[in-house]
Amino acid sequence: MGSALMAEEVRLAPGIDSRAPKVCMFEDCNKDSVPLVGGKCSSLGELINAGVRVPPGFAVTTAGYAQFMHEGGIQAEVNALLEGLDHDDMDKLEAASSAIREMIESRPISIELEDLIAEAYRKLSVRCYLPAAPVAVRSSATAEDLPGASFAGQQDTYLWIRGVDEVIRHVRRCFSSLYTARAIAYRIRMGFPHEQVAISVGVQKMANAYTAGVMFTLHPSTGDRSVIVIDSNFGFGESVVSGEVTPDNFVVNKVTLDIIERTISTKEICYTADLKLQRSVAMEVPAERQNIQSLIDDEITELAWMAKKIEKHYGRPMDIEWAIDKNLPVGGNVFVLQARPETIWSNRQKAPATTGATSAMDYIVSNLLVGKRLA
Amino acid sequence: MKFPVPHDVKGKTIPGTEGWERMYPYHYQFVTDDAERNQYEKETFWFYDGLHYPEPLYPFDTIWDEAWYLALSQFNNRIFQVPPVRGVDHRIINGYVYISPVPVKDPDEIGRRVPNFMERAGYYYKNWDELEAKWKTKMEGTIAELEALQIPRLPEVEDLRVVTDGVGESTAYHLLKNYDDLINLGIRCWQYHFEFLNLGYAAYVFFMDFTQKLFPSIPLQRVTQMISGIDVIMYKSDDELKELAKKAVALEVDDIVTAHREWADVKAAMAGRRHGDEWLAAFEKARYPWFNISSGTGWFHTDRSWNDNLNLPLDGIQTYIGKLRDGVAIDRPMEAVRAERDRVTAEYRDLIDNDQDRKQFDELLGCARTVFPYVENHLFYVEHWFHSVFWNKMREVAAIMQEHGVIAEIEDIWLLRRDEIKQALWDIVTAWATGVTPRGTKTWPAEIEWRKGVMQKFREWAPPPAIGIAPEVIQEPFTIVLWGVTNSSLSAWASVQEVADPDSITELKGFPASPGTVEGKARVCRSAEEIRDLQEGEILVAPTTSPSWAPAFAKIKACITDVGGVMSHAAIVCREYGMPAVVGTGHSTRVIKTGMTLRVDGSSGLVTIVQ
Repeated sequence: MGSALMAEEVRLAPGIDSRAPKVCMFEDCNKDSVPLVGGKCSSLGELINAGVRVPPGFAVTTAGYAQFMHEGGIQAEVNALLEGLDHDDMDKLEAASSAIREMIESRPISIELEDLIAEAYRKLSVRCYLPAAPVAVRSSATAEDLPGASFAGQQDTYLWIRGVDEVIRHVRRCFSSLYTARAIAYRIRMGFPHEQVAISVGVQKMANAYTAGVMFTLHPSTGDRSVIVIDSNFGFGESVVSGEVTPDNFVVNKVTLDIIERTISTKEICYTADLKLQRSVAMEVPAERQNIQSLIDDEITELAWMAKKIEKHYGRPMDIEWAIDKNLPVGGNVFVLQARPETIWSNRQKAPATTGATSAMDYIVSNLLVGKRLA
Repeated sequence: MKFPVPHDVKGKTIPGTEGWERMYPYHYQFVTDDAERNQYEKETFWFYDGLHYPEPLYPFDTIWDEAWYLALSQFNNRIFQVPPVRGVDHRIINGYVYISPVPVKDPDEIGRRVPNFMERAGYYYKNWDELEAKWKTKMEGTIAELEALQIPRLPEVEDLRVVTDGVGESTAYHLLKNYDDLINLGIRCWQYHFEFLNLGYAAYVFFMDFTQKLFPSIPLQRVTQMISGIDVIMYKSDDELKELAKKAVALEVDDIVTAHREWADVKAAMAGRRHGDEWLAAFEKARYPWFNISSGTGWFHTDRSWNDNLNLPLDGIQTYIGKLRDGVAIDRPMEAVRAERDRVTAEYRDLIDNDQDRKQFDELLGCARTVFPYVENHLFYVEHWFHSVFWNKMREVAAIMQEHGVIAEIEDIWLLRRDEIKQALWDIVTAWATGVTPRGTKTWPAEIEWRKGVMQKFREWAPPPAIGIAPEVIQEPFTIVLWGVTNSSLSAWASVQEVADPDSITELKGFPASPGTVEGKARVCRSAEEIRDLQEGEILVAPTTSPSWAPAFAKIKACITDVGGVMSHAAIVCREYGMPAVVGTGHSTRVIKTGMTLRVDGSSGLVTIVQ
């Protein structure tokens, strides 16, 4: 079956041949690596190469995914299960989805791929000076730029995964997320052949976050590009991203890096690693810490500096996830976990501030006529 | 936001000051006997001009208020025709001046004013440099006339020359005439004061306004930074002190300069010393015109110049010698200021999304930079140089009045209005001519004693920061930039006003004028005399500051003022030195006491009394 499958592999990931790596380190990725490692991993590689501090990690590539799906004949079985499905028939879709996902998550992967992942994981652990480094396992989709494409479920993130068997198990869970009922229905409706979609999985050293959150390189409520706005809470960033808490909020001047506004909120819960269970759990923030600033000023400044650098590298406003690692010394503990182009303001056609006046005089007169509101 | 209405305030006359109104021009009063004017006064929002009048106004000192009332209003309304705003109306309560911009309410009239304004103001903006050069000549000519003006004493018998030359005029006539000339030169120099100023401020205001439209979160201090680092003569006096400090060190006479607190002692000790004469000569040379700088804003007769009190420049020179000995650079870091200005400007410019806005930004920035030197330099010519000479000419007039027994002390003259002085001079010259005693010798001393008591009671009264109903929109460029009138400043002022016990206040809010946060001991200085007590590392708390306070900034680590916006002197200097400043707090000198520990956050504008 080899040759036919090879042909499919080439189709599913244009530009990647059978010799494409099945696993590759983030630093070997860049913005052109999307077909191989998906958007998330390629952007992490791009950031590392731009000099931004990103927790190290590796990607199981789309070629790795393809090998897994074809080598064990999984793809053929999947196709058979999908045969004749109607995108409106939710019951059947759900049934097919759970059968497929169970199959993907239970099938062994080839020894070759297992060895590649295990070796990459071992190298990563050595680099982190940790036995079995805790990692985040995330899917990294290649198809994010398809017009209107929505692959719900692909954004699953598994936190605080330790040991190679667990890593591989969660890599398979990410693979299987391509076959949620919604994703299948969507592809049927849009007429995308199932075998042409692929997924990559990022395995990244878990930042053991004392504090984490998100930041924008513009003001999310006014679109002001001269500021960086940071939201932060104690623990992992999940509480901020999910909106479970009202985070602390800082507005930093992008040009001078002064903190020009700070709002300290009451932060009742945070996520942290439970060392007994070895997983991420929600916990109550101790009362004495609920109303104190969750980031110190120096960290705010460093984050803003990093955000400025990232924006400059991409040449556009960015939306960034970050964390402060509590196991690492000050000076090397501020990390960017993810950066993507900001879309809300960037896609909006902004009217020029000037009302067509060009000379200073015209502007002064037209504005004198309006006066200055005492706001 | 609630402020008292005019007649509530006016109705509460301070006991013992009944009849105080006669000390000021009659049209400055809030009225009750004129229904129309009364209605207008009630509907209008008046705010206390504490920037210019931190103290109640002496009757004579009303001259500058009258001068700017006329000059600003005429340029706005009759010369340039700023479309939506006429002049700035004035009232006085218990010696404190309240002002209010007068809007043009009829939209049709505004429309009719537009082409005039475009043509006239446009002409000034277009020909700014040429007109400014002309201005400098006019202003220097006016100062030269003032310096040459004689205030003649009345002789027992006129000089024989009056007969032999057939002069046909007496000294009495020249005294009256020259007094008029003195007053008229003052009014003239204030005409020039406002020739460019509104247009200059408009250029500022709208550059700020546009930049804030592009970047809603930009701190105003960053906007003004883009117009910083331009050399202006307003700072030349301070530079002269630095040069004298350097020269004292180079000539090895610095130990003499720092050995005494009194200038007379320094001068005496310098006499026998090698290079002493050389340094004294340099000191004398620096005095003209640079020591014609007022130790205050120059608005009050009480603001004496460096020439009047050489201990003030001496103190500055001593501060700078101290810095030089510690190996600290004393020159304003202009290269660094400019480099940072250019970096900040370029970075903001790069963040502008489209070419049209970038072009507008360039135009407005260019305009703001063009007007900047005038906006700063007119202060040296008018408020400092002219005024310093003027107050002393008035003291010569006072000496004659004292000689004829109409006033007891020279400094009593300030308790009379300028028209009352003219009357008193008529009284004096006619009595001199006739050979009788002036009537005023019996009437004025008593009136002056009463007025002194009234002034003291005025001083003990705290003027409300505003009166009436705050408007939603203000068009007057001055009101916004210079006085710092915005809704937030008004509500901050109002909330402090509502607190009965100033000792219970632990936080004051003002304009964030220069970023950074520090903690330190407060030193409240109401005058330049008091800045001599400043200790290294203290936080200066002042009603407002002026260029002659510059040496103080070499000692302090933050500055707080009652009055002023982001373009006020304290704001500009603190930004140059990179120290925090909070300006326009409304009441800091009333609430803060010397020795208190303060935390000053120049990025948020918050002042906290820590203990």
